[in-house]
Amino acid sequence: MSENAAADTSAAGASSPALPPTNRDLAPAPAKKSGRRQFGGSGVARNLGLVIALVLLCIGGFVTAGDRFLSANNITTIVAFAAVIGIVSVGMTFVITGGGIDLSVGSVLGLATVWATTLATQTMAADMHWIVMVFAAVAVGTVAGLVNGIIVAYGRVVSFIATLAMLVAARGLAEIISNRRTQIVNVNEFKSFFGADFLGLPTIVWLFLVVAALGWVLLNRTTFGRRTIAVGGNPEAARLAGIKVQRHTMYLFGLSGFTAGIAAVALMGRTGAGTSTNGSLYELDAIAAVVVGGTLLIGGRGTIIGTVLGVLIFATLKNIFVLNNLSISVQAVAQGAIIVLAVLLQQRFASRGSS
Amino acid sequence: MPPYSVAMVTADPVPLLQLSGIVKHFPGAKALDGVDLEVRAGEVHCLLGQNGAGKSTLIKVLAGAHQPNSGEIRWNGEVVTIDSPTAALELGVATMYQELDVVDGLSVAENVFLGHELSRGGLLRRSEAHTRTREILHRLGHGEIPPGREVGRLSAAGKQVVQMARALSRDARVIVMDEPSAVLDPEEVDNLFRVVRSLSSEGVAIIYISHRLEEIRQIGDRITVLKDGRTVGENLAVANTPTPDLIRLMTGRTVETDFGGGPGTHERGEPLLEVENLSLAGVFEDVTFTVRAGEIVGLAGLVGAGRSEILETVYGARKATGGTVKVKGKALRAGSVPSAVDAGVGLAPEERKSQGLLLDEPVYRNITLSTFGRFAKSGFLDERAERRVADQQITSLQVAPPDAGRRIRTLSGGNQQKAMLARWLVHGCDVLLLDEPTRGVDVGARAEIYSLIRRLAASGAAVLMVSSEIEEVLGLADDVLVVAEGRVVHHGPADQIDEHGVLDLVMEGTHA
Repeated sequence: MSENAAADTSAAGASSPALPPTNRDLAPAPAKKSGRRQFGGSGVARNLGLVIALVLLCIGGFVTAGDRFLSANNITTIVAFAAVIGIVSVGMTFVITGGGIDLSVGSVLGLATVWATTLATQTMAADMHWIVMVFAAVAVGTVAGLVNGIIVAYGRVVSFIATLAMLVAARGLAEIISNRRTQIVNVNEFKSFFGADFLGLPTIVWLFLVVAALGWVLLNRTTFGRRTIAVGGNPEAARLAGIKVQRHTMYLFGLSGFTAGIAAVALMGRTGAGTSTNGSLYELDAIAAVVVGGTLLIGGRGTIIGTVLGVLIFATLKNIFVLNNLSISVQAVAQGAIIVLAVLLQQRFASRGSS
Repeated sequence: MPPYSVAMVTADPVPLLQLSGIVKHFPGAKALDGVDLEVRAGEVHCLLGQNGAGKSTLIKVLAGAHQPNSGEIRWNGEVVTIDSPTAALELGVATMYQELDVVDGLSVAENVFLGHELSRGGLLRRSEAHTRTREILHRLGHGEIPPGREVGRLSAAGKQVVQMARALSRDARVIVMDEPSAVLDPEEVDNLFRVVRSLSSEGVAIIYISHRLEEIRQIGDRITVLKDGRTVGENLAVANTPTPDLIRLMTGRTVETDFGGGPGTHERGEPLLEVENLSLAGVFEDVTFTVRAGEIVGLAGLVGAGRSEILETVYGARKATGGTVKVKGKALRAGSVPSAVDAGVGLAPEERKSQGLLLDEPVYRNITLSTFGRFAKSGFLDERAERRVADQQITSLQVAPPDAGRRIRTLSGGNQQKAMLARWLVHGCDVLLLDEPTRGVDVGARAEIYSLIRRLAASGAAVLMVSSEIEEVLGLADDVLVVAEGRVVHHGPADQIDEHGVLDLVMEGTHA
């Protein structure tokens, strides 16, 4: 390598090529073959592995539960279940890619369902429009997320601790507001909108798909996504390149709270109720799905498609266990094993990739 | 001048530890490229070298943390391999890292016997450990430290004593001390020296690493100088090697380098960067200078003099406690990097990998890290445009291999540095701050970086650079500022001062 460099040197010294182009004179580009690798070759391979895992699971489901597994009804159940966790996981993907973690999503989701189903909110929604409930849930989630973000970014508290505090506090606040009672959704338009099917799939599944698609675009095609990767990959380099790292970190947690709010809407649509226990332990399911999907827990690399596949894998697994009358405990053991297996495989791939 | 402590170095034909031709590669860089080192029992052997000369890698080879790619290690004349930290300790090589690797939550005795706890049938023999720790501490002249004291409550000096006690508890014959004085007060340094002398009088060999030359005068017996991963001076007796010779070995060039053109040959334009009375409390004060378009200004001085800090404060990465920075006549907001970047200032930081690059991202995204927003249309990235601009830079700067999609981790140091400069070229920077621009760059590729810097200046940029290599500063810069202990002690044209002049100024400033 050094001989090469030395050879280049003499050439550079002798001919002294024209000045490097700067943005001052953006000459028309030499038409270079635009690389197809843009989409990340290794990412495709990783996602393929997840697809294979999902297919194997489905075969397992068919073998053990037969037509009960493959029925349209059952598949709808799987995706409807996946939708709520899935929406949360999209926001979680951003936080983790940006180098943080958000443990508060589950209880923020619970708080949002409670806030959106209080008598006051529902009366207002009944008087005006059911969308008021959606706004309430999303606003509660976003504000809680921004509070997390401010504490992490400007208070310089480790995100694990800041969001752990929010987990506890939001749950407590939800209990205070609801008085630990289940609040039934009685705005009929809300129920009928989210209870309905659209093109054969429940509305909340469409909601999940839209959130995932927007998340993909945001992460892969926008400056926001690029900043997320930079901030998570090397915050010091990002800072010295002029990126406002603190502000971006705040936005990331705000985004995670925002998706928790949307997930709250989806959950209310599915269960028709708001309670303080809604969403408990969802943070663990979401983190598991994100990590299994291939997003690096240390930040700097994230994949929305992987996250969606991760969510589907866990939802299918749960479904198969239920169909086979296996206990939730067995299911938890299997889930733990899958997480470890997936991360081990990931590390194996990663080390091969870098060598 | 303190009396030279020339210990009785016996002319033992077989040295205790001998390294020859040690080579260590890392992806994209050669950290060690032929290191020789000979250590005799009972001597204090000083290891000198600039940052990046390969000292830390060498320490890790000795400690068993890195395996050399080639070369030979002999212990008492026999060839050995040190393939793990345990192997190093069993051989008798103990290392005191600068970061004071003690466990704060454990007691002194627990730290001393960490990894080789005294136990019987799985039960710790606490009182025995305390007794033996007390003995060792007495040997080190620090009987006042109670073995049961929690280490976290000790001062840095105390923690160092614990590290030394740990080495002795392992019966170490060679103790490597990585800049032990860096964390100590002057009185504590005297204390350290007392301990070092008593250890060497017991026959323990010390490999002593320090930037402070006056310390080496006080404590060292022989010196080995590293530069660019090679041994450039071996077994120099401290007593009859003058300090300027040492500095020349550390900072001088190992190969003839073409800096291209003579200083002052090009035109200078408007003042682009004006720094007035800039201060950072406790680090540097009252720094004033101007860099004009087309001009290269260099900051020379020893490591720790405040050079990098001046650069980082100009850039806003550190918040100035006084003074102003103006770019094209407009004052920058103190402590705000975005304010500097928006004004057209770019920094190529000293630690390129940890401060500059996203190592697992492709080259083009590293090049456009500060400009991707500019190519984007209403928030949506235009990767095609980014790649196009990156490709132009890659062609123009002759980045090898010429592949914008490659992960930047796989490039050599010189090519990574080019990508770093390309970032600011794309940004259209008028003011470039270069911190050790050839750090981690292969000797052969340096001339390319030099010619690039010259071309940048000739195109009308104002360049402010820091380098530990005085030759580099004098060869490239039009104006030189010599910094010593946070003060500018000289400011003048580079062609009116030579290396000796700079060294004299550095020495005077440091002793003042």
